[in-house]
Amino acid sequence: MQKIGVFVCWCGSNIAATVDVSKVAGAVREEPDVVFASDYSYMCSEAGQLMIQNAIKEKGLTGIVVCSCSPRMHEATFRKAAQAAGLNPYMVEIANIREQCSWIHKDKEEGTKKAILLAKAAIAKVRFNEPLTSGETPVTKRALVIGGGIAGIQTALDIADAGFEVDIVEKSPTIGGKMAQLDKTFPTLDCAACILTPKMVDAAAHEKIRLFTYSEVEKVKGFVGNFTVDIRKKARSILEEKCTGCGACTEKCPSKKTGNEFNERLDNRTAIYIPFAQAIPNIPSIDREACIHFKTGKCGICQKTCGVGAIDFDQQDEMITRKYGAIVAATGFQPISLERFDEFQYSKSPDVITSLELERLMNAAGPTKGELIKPSNRKHPSDMVFVQCVGSRGESCREKSYCSKICCMYTAKHAMMIRDKYPDINVHVFYIDVRTPGKNFDEFYRRAVEDYGVDYRKGMVGKVMEQKDGKLLVQASDLLTGEQLLLHTDMVVLATAIEPDKSARPLATMLTASMDTNDFFTEAHPKLRPVESPTAGIFLSGTCQGPKDIPETVAQAGAAAAKVIGLLSRKKLLNNPQVAKAEERLCSGCSGCSKVCPYGAIDYEVREIWDHGVRKTRRIAVVNEAVCQGCGACTVTCPSGAMDLRGFTAKQIMAEVDAICR
Amino acid sequence: MREEILWISGVNPLKCMKCGKCTASCPAFEKMEYHPHQFVEMVQNNHITPLLESESQYYCMSCLVCEERCPRGVKPQKLIEAVQVLKLRASEGNRLKPQDVANRLDPSLPQQALMAAFRKYSR
Repeated sequence: MQKIGVFVCWCGSNIAATVDVSKVAGAVREEPDVVFASDYSYMCSEAGQLMIQNAIKEKGLTGIVVCSCSPRMHEATFRKAAQAAGLNPYMVEIANIREQCSWIHKDKEEGTKKAILLAKAAIAKVRFNEPLTSGETPVTKRALVIGGGIAGIQTALDIADAGFEVDIVEKSPTIGGKMAQLDKTFPTLDCAACILTPKMVDAAAHEKIRLFTYSEVEKVKGFVGNFTVDIRKKARSILEEKCTGCGACTEKCPSKKTGNEFNERLDNRTAIYIPFAQAIPNIPSIDREACIHFKTGKCGICQKTCGVGAIDFDQQDEMITRKYGAIVAATGFQPISLERFDEFQYSKSPDVITSLELERLMNAAGPTKGELIKPSNRKHPSDMVFVQCVGSRGESCREKSYCSKICCMYTAKHAMMIRDKYPDINVHVFYIDVRTPGKNFDEFYRRAVEDYGVDYRKGMVGKVMEQKDGKLLVQASDLLTGEQLLLHTDMVVLATAIEPDKSARPLATMLTASMDTNDFFTEAHPKLRPVESPTAGIFLSGTCQGPKDIPETVAQAGAAAAKVIGLLSRKKLLNNPQVAKAEERLCSGCSGCSKVCPYGAIDYEVREIWDHGVRKTRRIAVVNEAVCQGCGACTVTCPSGAMDLRGFTAKQIMAEVDAICR
Repeated sequence: MREEILWISGVNPLKCMKCGKCTASCPAFEKMEYHPHQFVEMVQNNHITPLLESESQYYCMSCLVCEERCPRGVKPQKLIEAVQVLKLRASEGNRLKPQDVANRLDPSLPQQALMAAFRKYSR
């Protein structure tokens, strides 16, 4: 004998404004098996939950229906409340009369009629609910951090300090990321390398952290707590155990024509190279595309030079498979391509550069040893123009719609540093808005204007033209004076928009983690869950989730680490029991289900079955309940109807349809 | 007047983020009293009479650099052309009626000229 309780929520005025909630409660009170029906202003509140729990205990309810917001909001809340009152949490059904009813209708009569139907459907369904129990899975006590920039390093350090093993996989030959390329960081003007390299060393030295540099993730299988990841360790052509990092090989290499990525291709590097002096690990790699030996079979000078025989031209990529409980995406960003911004002549003139290129020019370890000179003729500039928002905040197809967040601050930093080091250089900044919201950020920008005399103009640069005398003619507008200016300048610096690293999208596919149209990883909730992906076990750290500066990155990295630590500390994980199951007496072993399963959750075994008095041996489908996500593809494919989804059985769904159509 | 200009041009001035790139790129800047970004702002604020009375609208060459470079897709040139059209329509310039077209058709007349004439002179 069933005893169903129905609880109709007003959700303040969210539901009650368009649905007559007491009428709904009244209408369902007469339904068969319903012994209790009530309405209340906020069912999810403590008082509301108490009402449900008291009704369960006093009336001995066997199942409940809550008519409220979407189950994505509070299904978990009501399941917990039911469980606390002694009712199996899967005897709870939610009728969504908010997102699917009150929020999309304006007419109260229509809304009420529909809400009553939805409630009746949920009651029809809960009659067939079964008390389900979650299965348990173990948790591998190791985390994987994909990306070795400041975000990945910080997350790994925090996880390792809590006592868990962490692997960092980084695709370039060294960890450090974009922060290693920076000169000084705002708003403190700390030297980027000085604050980053100690963290890099900590990461390398930490007994719980293992670095896989020059490596990429190739395949991810499994589920939260139990991931199996294939990592490709690319061949450096160096035997790491033997190499002492002396660098003699890099000095002798005759191939010097490859653009040096670390210096934004402002100078060249050799084919065998260490990216920068403080690289970790301090081991060179051979770029096989540039290496004369790999291209022609000749040379081999580095091998002859090496005193310890560490060069191995025959080295192959190595595939490594490791198990992890949690994965953190920390793949970072890159500046956008400027090939469609012809008005700035970036592709034509070497004196038109991006802000990251300027960082390298000003860095004492950069291509000009920190002297700011024009790339075209290596002479000292006397005038510079900075252009903001290049490729950001736009709606055309060549630009990004979002604000890249860091550029207003780094341009103020660049302008201030140039005026400080070279007071003879005139610096102009053309801006649309100046966005400096962080702690001490606005004061920083005002110092640039008031103390260092940077000429900030509200307006935009229309075009840049190369002049015969080697200078650049900049045509720009000043909207506050109403002028169109023609400036003869030496260098133009473009504050280029940033976008996610190009490895992010293939990685999101491997992780089945969601991404937005700009290729930023989506967070589970933009306000309340900023460091988790909706995919369980995947966490987000740094600019791969959205543009941000270093203080925010470090904060988010710590937050992601905290979530990972919470996950890895658990003894076991409870999985969702609303998964598929094959009825062994109906299954013919046709393999249709496993072919459509996107998660690879279905396997087969030969079993002895007692079928209508006859003992038969049959090959039947078996679902791995921890991997199954309950998508239902197999249930639709199954020709005999053997495969059904617990919690959404064919019987339950038909009952809902009948209730609506009655 | 604002509604009519918006209807003729199909432009949404609210999209403008007041960056000034249109005016920075405009080759006719020197000759204009009111510049492309000001056309957008003044139409939005219904401050249209000075635009109608100024000669600026005639110096627009329809080179479309402003449209090409605007990051928000505002099309200032369309707005300026719409101001010209408004002025024409207000000044009893209704010289072409649809009934007259058949008599005046010249096979060597390009279609574009016919369409442009209709846009400017009808109503």
